[in-house]
Amino acid sequence: MTSSNSPAGTPPDPTLDPTRDPARDPGPDEAPDRPRNSARGLLIVGGSIVGLVLLTGIVSFFWTPFDTGYTDLANAKAGPGTAGHLLGTDRLGRDIASSLMAGARTTLYVGLVAVGIAALIGTPLGILAAMLPPRWSQFVMRCTDVMLAFPALLLALMFAAIWGGGITTAMVAIGIASIPSFIRVVRSGALVVMTSDYVQAARVAGRSRWGIAVSHVLRNVAGLVIVQASVSYAIAILAEAGLSYLGFGAGLTTPSWGLMLQESQSTLRSDPLITVWPAVAIALAVLGFNLLGDGLRDRFDPRRQR
Amino acid sequence: MVLALLRRLAVLLVSALVASVLIFLIMSVLPGSPAQVALGTGATPDAVRALEQQMGLDRPLPTQYVEWIGGVLHGDFGLSYTSRQPIGPQLFDRLSVTLWLVLGGMVVALLLAVPFGVIAALRNGRPTGLVISALSQIGVAIPAFLAGMLLIALVAMRWNWLPPNGYVVPATDPVGFLRHMILPWLALGLVQGAVLTRYVRSSVLDQLGQDYLRTARAKGMTATAALRRHGLRNASIPVLTVLGVQLVTLMIGAVVIERVFVIPGVGSMLSDAVSNRDLITVQGIVLVLVVFALLVGFVVDVLYTVIDPRLRVQAR
Repeated sequence: MTSSNSPAGTPPDPTLDPTRDPARDPGPDEAPDRPRNSARGLLIVGGSIVGLVLLTGIVSFFWTPFDTGYTDLANAKAGPGTAGHLLGTDRLGRDIASSLMAGARTTLYVGLVAVGIAALIGTPLGILAAMLPPRWSQFVMRCTDVMLAFPALLLALMFAAIWGGGITTAMVAIGIASIPSFIRVVRSGALVVMTSDYVQAARVAGRSRWGIAVSHVLRNVAGLVIVQASVSYAIAILAEAGLSYLGFGAGLTTPSWGLMLQESQSTLRSDPLITVWPAVAIALAVLGFNLLGDGLRDRFDPRRQR
Repeated sequence: MVLALLRRLAVLLVSALVASVLIFLIMSVLPGSPAQVALGTGATPDAVRALEQQMGLDRPLPTQYVEWIGGVLHGDFGLSYTSRQPIGPQLFDRLSVTLWLVLGGMVVALLLAVPFGVIAALRNGRPTGLVISALSQIGVAIPAFLAGMLLIALVAMRWNWLPPNGYVVPATDPVGFLRHMILPWLALGLVQGAVLTRYVRSSVLDQLGQDYLRTARAKGMTATAALRRHGLRNASIPVLTVLGVQLVTLMIGAVVIERVFVIPGVGSMLSDAVSNRDLITVQGIVLVLVVFALLVGFVVDVLYTVIDPRLRVQAR
C-alpha cells in the first residue's frame, strides 16, 4: 500500500519515514514534544489493565465464583448481586462474573498463539528483508502488500469454510494475518540499525552477516517486536470476539467473551446488562494492550529516539 | 508520472493475479471434496464422483483455475454448491448494499475525525485535547458490532426511535432506507472515527511544528487560519493511507455489522456461505473483497501524487 511513487530510481526508503508507517500500526498519537512521563503513565495504566486480565485468567483455572458450565434456570437473568451472583446471571442462569473470568483465559490464549505465530515468522522475515539486496527486499515487501489484503477476519472465514470454525482455526488465521505487520515494522527498524556505526564497525571487524543479524539487529529490534506484539494482541482480541460472535470462533463449550455477546443478543431488550459486561471486558482488554503498546513504543522505537 | 502510474498499475494487476491464485489454492487443497460436503456423509462414492464430474472437480487444478478466473473476468462466478444458483448476480446485488453501508460509515467517521482531530491537535495538552484523546482511545477499543448492539439496545429498543434491524431498498423507500441505515452507519462510523481521530490529531500536530506554519503565524495569521490555508493539505497526506486501510477495514467489518443489523449485503452472504461450507461462493466473495483492498491501495498511491507536489516531481 505504500511506496512506488517513483520510477526506476531509488527513492529514499518510504518505510524510514514514520509518517508512512505500516498503516496497521495504530500508534500515531505521538506528539513531537510529548513529555516522557506521559509515556510512563500509559505504560502503568496499560500494564495494570493487562495484568488484571492476566490475573483473572490465571485465577479462573483454580477458582471461579460459580462453576462456569452450571446452568440454573430458576435464577436466570438475575440482577447484579442477587443470590451471590456478583454481576448477575445470563439467560440460562450462568454466573456472568465466572464466565467473564474463564473468557479472559480464552482471550489470552488465542492472542498468545496468534501473536506467537506472527512474531516467530514475521521477525526473521523482516530482518531478512532488511538484509537482502534491494531487488529481493522489494519482492518481499510486495508479497507482504498482497498478504495485507487478507485481513484476519477474512482469512479466518476462509479457513472456517474449509475446516469448520473453531478456536484453533481462528488462532492460526489471526496469526497468519498478523505476519505482514511484523515484517514491515521489523524491517523498517532493522534498516535503521543496519546503518548504525556499531553495525558498520562489526562489519569492518569481519563479523559474518548472520552474526550481525543475530547479535546486533535482532537485539535492537526486539523492542519493536514487543511493541508490535502488544498492538497485534489487541487486534487478535477484536478478531476473536467478532469471529465468536459470528459463530465461527469458540465452540459452545469454550468460554468466550464474543460468544457471550452473541448469546446475549436475545436478551438485549429485556436485560441489556447481560450484554454490557462482556462488552466492557473486551473494550478494557483491548484498551489495555493498546495503551501498553503506546507506552512501550515511546521507550523502544529506535525511529523515535532523539 | 505516466510511467510511475503504469508501473503501479502493473503492480496492482500482478498482485491481484497472485491473490487470486492464493485464494484458489487455499480453497482447493482441502481434505474432503465439495461434492461430498454437498451430498452429506450418507452419499455413495459413485454419487460423489458423478457430482464431482458434473462440477468439473475431477480435472487438473490449473484447468479449474483458468476456467474459474476466466469466468470471473466476465462476471460469472460459477454456481453455488448449495443453491445451484449463479453467484455473480447475487454478489453484485449485495455488493451495492454493502457499499452503501461502508460509504455511510466512512462519512460518519470523517465528519467526526476531521474536526475532533484538528481540535485535539490545536488544544494539545489542554483539557479539551485530553478528553478527545481519551475518548478516541476508548472508541478504538470497542469493536463495531459491539457498538451496534449497544446502539440497538439504547436507541431502537429503549427509546424506540429507529428500527433495530432490517434493510429497505433506497429506490423504493428513501426515508425507510435512511431510518434503517442510521444505526449501522453510526456503529461503523463511531469506531472508525475514533481510530481516524488519532491519526488526524498526530498528523496535524506534526504540521504545527513545521517552520512554514510558524512563518504564517509570524505574518499575523491565527493558528486556525494558518492551518486551514497551509497545514491541512500537508496533514492530509499521512491520513490518506489510513483512510484507505479504513475503507478495507470497514468492508470486512461489514461482515459482522450486517449480521448484527440483519442487512442483506456481501458480508452476510459470506457468513452464510461459510456456515453452509459453500466453498465456491466463499472463494468468489473473498476474491472480490481482496481485489477491492488492492484497488484501494492503488487509488491511495495515485492520490498521493495528486495531493503532494513533491512526489510528483520525484515521480517525473
